[in-house]
Amino acid sequence: MIQLSVNGTQHQLDVPDDMPLLWVVRDVLGLTGTKFGCGIAQCGACTVHLDGEAVRSCVLPVSAAAGRAVTTIEAVGQSALGAQVQQAWLDHEVVQCGYCQSGQIMSATALLQRQPAPSDAEIDAGMAGNLCRCATYTRIRAAIRDVDAGGAA
Amino acid sequence: MSPSDNGVSRRRFLQGSGAALGGLVLSTWLPGFIPHSVAAEVTAAGRLGDQAPRGYGAYVRVGHDGLVTVISPKIEMGQGAHTGIAMMVAEELEVPLSSVSVEDAPPDSDLYADSLMQFQATGGSTSTRHSWQPLREAGATARLLLIQAAAARWGVDAAQCEAREGVVHGPAGQQLPYGELVDAASALPLPESVVLKTPEQFRLLGTPAPRLDTPNKVNGKAQFTIDLQVPGMLVASTLTCPVYGGKLKAVDASAARQVPGVRDVVTLENAVAVTATNYWACQQGLQALTVEWELGEHAGIDSEQLDAALHSASSKDGVVAHSSGDIDAALSGAASTFEAVYEQPFLSHSPLEPMTCVAQVRADACELWVGTQVPAFAQQTAAAVSGLPLQRVQVHNQLIGGAFGRRLDFDFITQAVAIAKQVDYPIKLIWSREEDMTHDMYRPHYVDRLTAAIDAEGKLQGWQHRIAGASVLARYIGSLPESGVDSDAVEVAIDPIYALDSLQVNYIREEPKAIPVSWWRGVGPLRSTLALECFIDELAHKAGKDPVDYRLALMGQHPRAQAVLKLAAEKADWQTPLLAGQGRGIAVSAVFGSFVATVVELEVQADKGVRIKRLVSAIDCGLVTNPTSVLAQIEGGTLFGLSASLFNEITLEQGQVQQSNFHNYRQLRINEAPGVEVHIVPSSEDPGGVGETGTALIGPALLNALAAASGERLRRLPLSRAGYFPVKGA
Amino acid sequence: MHSSKTLFGGLALAALSLHVQADDQALIERGKYLAAAADCVACHTVPGGEPFAGGVEFKLPFGSLYSPNITPDQQTGIGDWSDAEFLSALHEGVGKDGKRYYPAFPYTSYTLMPDDEVQAIKAYLFSLEPVSNTVPENTLSFPYNQRWGMFFWNLVFHNNERFEPDPSQSEAWNRGAYLVEGPGHCGECHTPRNFAQALSSSQPLAGNLVQGWQAYNISSDPAHGIGAWSPAELVSYLGKGYAPGKGVASGPMGDVVSHSLRHLSDDDLSAIATYLLTTEPQSEGVKRPDPVSASAEPVSDAGLGGQLFAGACAGCHSWDGSGTQSPVATLSGLKTVNDPAGTNLLNILLRGHTAPELRVDQQMPNFAKAYQDAELAAVGSFVLQHFGQTGASLSADDVAARRGNTGH
Repeated sequence: MIQLSVNGTQHQLDVPDDMPLLWVVRDVLGLTGTKFGCGIAQCGACTVHLDGEAVRSCVLPVSAAAGRAVTTIEAVGQSALGAQVQQAWLDHEVVQCGYCQSGQIMSATALLQRQPAPSDAEIDAGMAGNLCRCATYTRIRAAIRDVDAGGAA
Repeated sequence: MSPSDNGVSRRRFLQGSGAALGGLVLSTWLPGFIPHSVAAEVTAAGRLGDQAPRGYGAYVRVGHDGLVTVISPKIEMGQGAHTGIAMMVAEELEVPLSSVSVEDAPPDSDLYADSLMQFQATGGSTSTRHSWQPLREAGATARLLLIQAAAARWGVDAAQCEAREGVVHGPAGQQLPYGELVDAASALPLPESVVLKTPEQFRLLGTPAPRLDTPNKVNGKAQFTIDLQVPGMLVASTLTCPVYGGKLKAVDASAARQVPGVRDVVTLENAVAVTATNYWACQQGLQALTVEWELGEHAGIDSEQLDAALHSASSKDGVVAHSSGDIDAALSGAASTFEAVYEQPFLSHSPLEPMTCVAQVRADACELWVGTQVPAFAQQTAAAVSGLPLQRVQVHNQLIGGAFGRRLDFDFITQAVAIAKQVDYPIKLIWSREEDMTHDMYRPHYVDRLTAAIDAEGKLQGWQHRIAGASVLARYIGSLPESGVDSDAVEVAIDPIYALDSLQVNYIREEPKAIPVSWWRGVGPLRSTLALECFIDELAHKAGKDPVDYRLALMGQHPRAQAVLKLAAEKADWQTPLLAGQGRGIAVSAVFGSFVATVVELEVQADKGVRIKRLVSAIDCGLVTNPTSVLAQIEGGTLFGLSASLFNEITLEQGQVQQSNFHNYRQLRINEAPGVEVHIVPSSEDPGGVGETGTALIGPALLNALAAASGERLRRLPLSRAGYFPVKGA
Repeated sequence: MHSSKTLFGGLALAALSLHVQADDQALIERGKYLAAAADCVACHTVPGGEPFAGGVEFKLPFGSLYSPNITPDQQTGIGDWSDAEFLSALHEGVGKDGKRYYPAFPYTSYTLMPDDEVQAIKAYLFSLEPVSNTVPENTLSFPYNQRWGMFFWNLVFHNNERFEPDPSQSEAWNRGAYLVEGPGHCGECHTPRNFAQALSSSQPLAGNLVQGWQAYNISSDPAHGIGAWSPAELVSYLGKGYAPGKGVASGPMGDVVSHSLRHLSDDDLSAIATYLLTTEPQSEGVKRPDPVSASAEPVSDAGLGGQLFAGACAGCHSWDGSGTQSPVATLSGLKTVNDPAGTNLLNILLRGHTAPELRVDQQMPNFAKAYQDAELAAVGSFVLQHFGQTGASLSADDVAARRGNTGH
């Protein structure tokens, strides 16, 4: 039995220790906003927060997340900063197919949490782990630039 | 012929019986393809009745609540198609955009066939181009009927009334919302003709309206196929024979069945599937299998063999796809000739959502939940595999997590149905990234061989263009027409924007067999554009002319192309001198009904690091439905093409695809992506496509810039093949 | 003297074993465990091939050796070997028909194993399905192709002796010493070799370059060896392949964990740790870096190397090297980031770490195909400079040289 806190809810889960958090979140808890893209931490679609830090849930054994706070895209909007990022995404029409955007928003929120007013280079460094096959990168940059994280954080 | 040439007066609507359907329903069909009788049959024969409120053939429905639903044959793949479609209807119907929603059409080839692609499909940059006329006409017709209904109620002349924001206003200040008028409007005879707004009258079209589908894509609520849950469903995942055409020989599943969560191991002709309570257990189960393959005849094929065969084919004559002037005379009488061979590799689509399909096969029916560009084909394959009649197969189309042409194929749908047929529960087939990349249907490897004739004054007389490669069209529709010409492969090449006294295009079909091919964003025009735009650039340099001036002089017949070329050059400061090691490259094309030019400015380091300093595009895509969508498509499409141009090539060893995931089939990252400046040329011409234009232009512009900066003229993509890599920073 | 004693012992055991060989499952199980401890499968199995069927190539400066088929096949394997012949092979390096082995076969270590353990291994091997596989002939050049030369080599470098416990040490220590020096033959890779390819008696476990990989110093020296590791960290490393902040087994050592060490009992792994922590410290080879307290913030001005790290690496390894993702991915404190030649660093970038039995957070894809030499050099240099203390840089040529040499 693994004790897992996801979006503020405690779960007792009977899953293998080495099952990646991604599949626990998606297939066991039914939170499908977090996406599967590559399974080898190269695309970032599976990004969630672990104690506020962006992590790739596809290569994170669930046992490593036990006792830490997992936040997914479904709940990131509950923080003022997360909501601001989501709104910036809409304001800048970032989204195309949308499949990678959960991960992008999770990474962007974690980035802004650390660096409330990132330069373009800092945005690039913080977001480089998230692939977008529609290549919405120019709009992602613009949206992050536009978030006034100083006010939200 | 553009849609508007059909004329507004042409009757393309059917009116549903409003009372039965709960609203005013107008159906329409695409220009010049679907017989009126088919639509009439479908609408009248009660198929609307039992399908209500989501009726076959109903394009536009105004409900009693005044809300408008558009049933779209074009799916949303991220290109903003649904928003554009809603805008067209809202514009003419005079309702706020917020009251229009768009639903995917159920599969019905007869009703939704696309006049260009000849089947119900989303691709080829056709969404806006083909919906433009009929949807606006449907909106305008509905508005007219609603106004007439209100006028009749008030006993005034319809000409004295007008519609605004979903409400009809009478001459004395009377107001009636649409919802109260739909029943009366349904009973009215269809108008003989409707007059559409002129671009100056648009209040919505041409404005950057927010996308309809995005709010749920930023909060995790949007459900893609991979996210669906159907009661009783298990997840399935496959291991497919690593060689195309190979078969499953034997499998020992005893260890796999012991994996917790695993339910069944299902064997298929060329694959083995594991079903389980979750994807992870499926993968563990697949790993525990001991599988023996019958690799088949392609197991000995390497890329080198395919390359050699294609190169040899490119010198043959094949069939003549186009001939004007006398190329033989031009070449034999030329003061000099110039030949260049351009190569573009096999490419994977690799959308971020891997191939996935939910399927349930029962004794009497089959249901599919799948994001597909071709729902009608999905239905057909499900019927064929399940043995059920077509009408017993229901397809629920879903949001698509990227496609780029991949979901014009339905191999994974066939596989899902074949698995579902063997179990008594619904399955959600999810391909691993490795399955997805090694079992794609790939953009073909092409060779373009161009030979130009140049006269004594250095003037270009014409060229012969040989195009060699696999035929996607033939693979897709079963065979080529009698002419033997793949019309997709030769598009653009047979109608270049340059005036040539003689032009001959030869098409040489060379099938690799060991690797299946399919459509890839940009399709045939992408390939032709690369060859033509690199070739014309080389000719310009050979003639000692500026590449922009050289092109302009040959583009007299194409003022719109000239305009975008000039605009891109101007915005990119084409004339400003650069330092050594830096260079600019340009490319221009008339593709998908639009005119686009792209300039790349870059710097090449001694270690072959390539720093793209600027990327500037100018586009004339006719009347712009939604400028934000145009910008986003050019930005994204350009970087999508850049990613492939820099990095991507699928190779075979022993018949097996060597690229398996994003570590060895690399994709452009944000910190490698230059900004993209896009300039839209205002135009009131019919809308052209935008989703593929950026992708088609970046390759040649990049190669031309590289040649200008480094002196190395690469003729084969990707750049990484020659040791180049991207570096960032000013 | 030595040889006659062994011959006698061997014959005695051979007679005895006739009784037990029949179906002594316990013996076979014991042999299986010992075969794992001795990692027989590593050298006697080609990648993807039948276990123990031989044919693995050992490239030496003077030619290639191929490991023999040790399945019980009568023609191509060891099916017609007597117990005495098997014992002679493991203890003396002399095979059936008197052929002398080259010390690529670690009989100089196996010789420490008592006869009954050697016979248990044989019992296990003989319980397997015979595999018919003729391995290639060795291609050594003269004079190294003269097997009789090994007779003199053995006189100088080989002691045919069994392990003798040290009564002044604990039982665990003695067990560990036996496993390390005997079946585990750790020194074969981790002890430098002398001019005659024999293990250096003066620098045991001081580290060596093997098959293009750094087999690090594993003596008890805290800076150069494993002296700073806790016993629990050593057990984790040996049994699971990782000890956060200390080491991750990859390349050939990853194979050793996979084939051998993970099959050992926790008691045996603890025993190994106990012994290793008491070995003579050797201040040789790559020094362990002080764990960096780098910032967790992304580095945005580190040029190409930082750019690539941000894209392909930071997701798992994180900017402070702590492995936010998973402790397994911790880079900070690893010798690999402090080797100025970047030997193992480049190897792992080029080869990855993908054995299917590994946990997801232990796996790493290889970046050889899609990245240029200059790019891998840049990201390698970034890692060395950001997480290590040598300030070293790697060049595209370094990467090119490594490309040809990333496995066995």
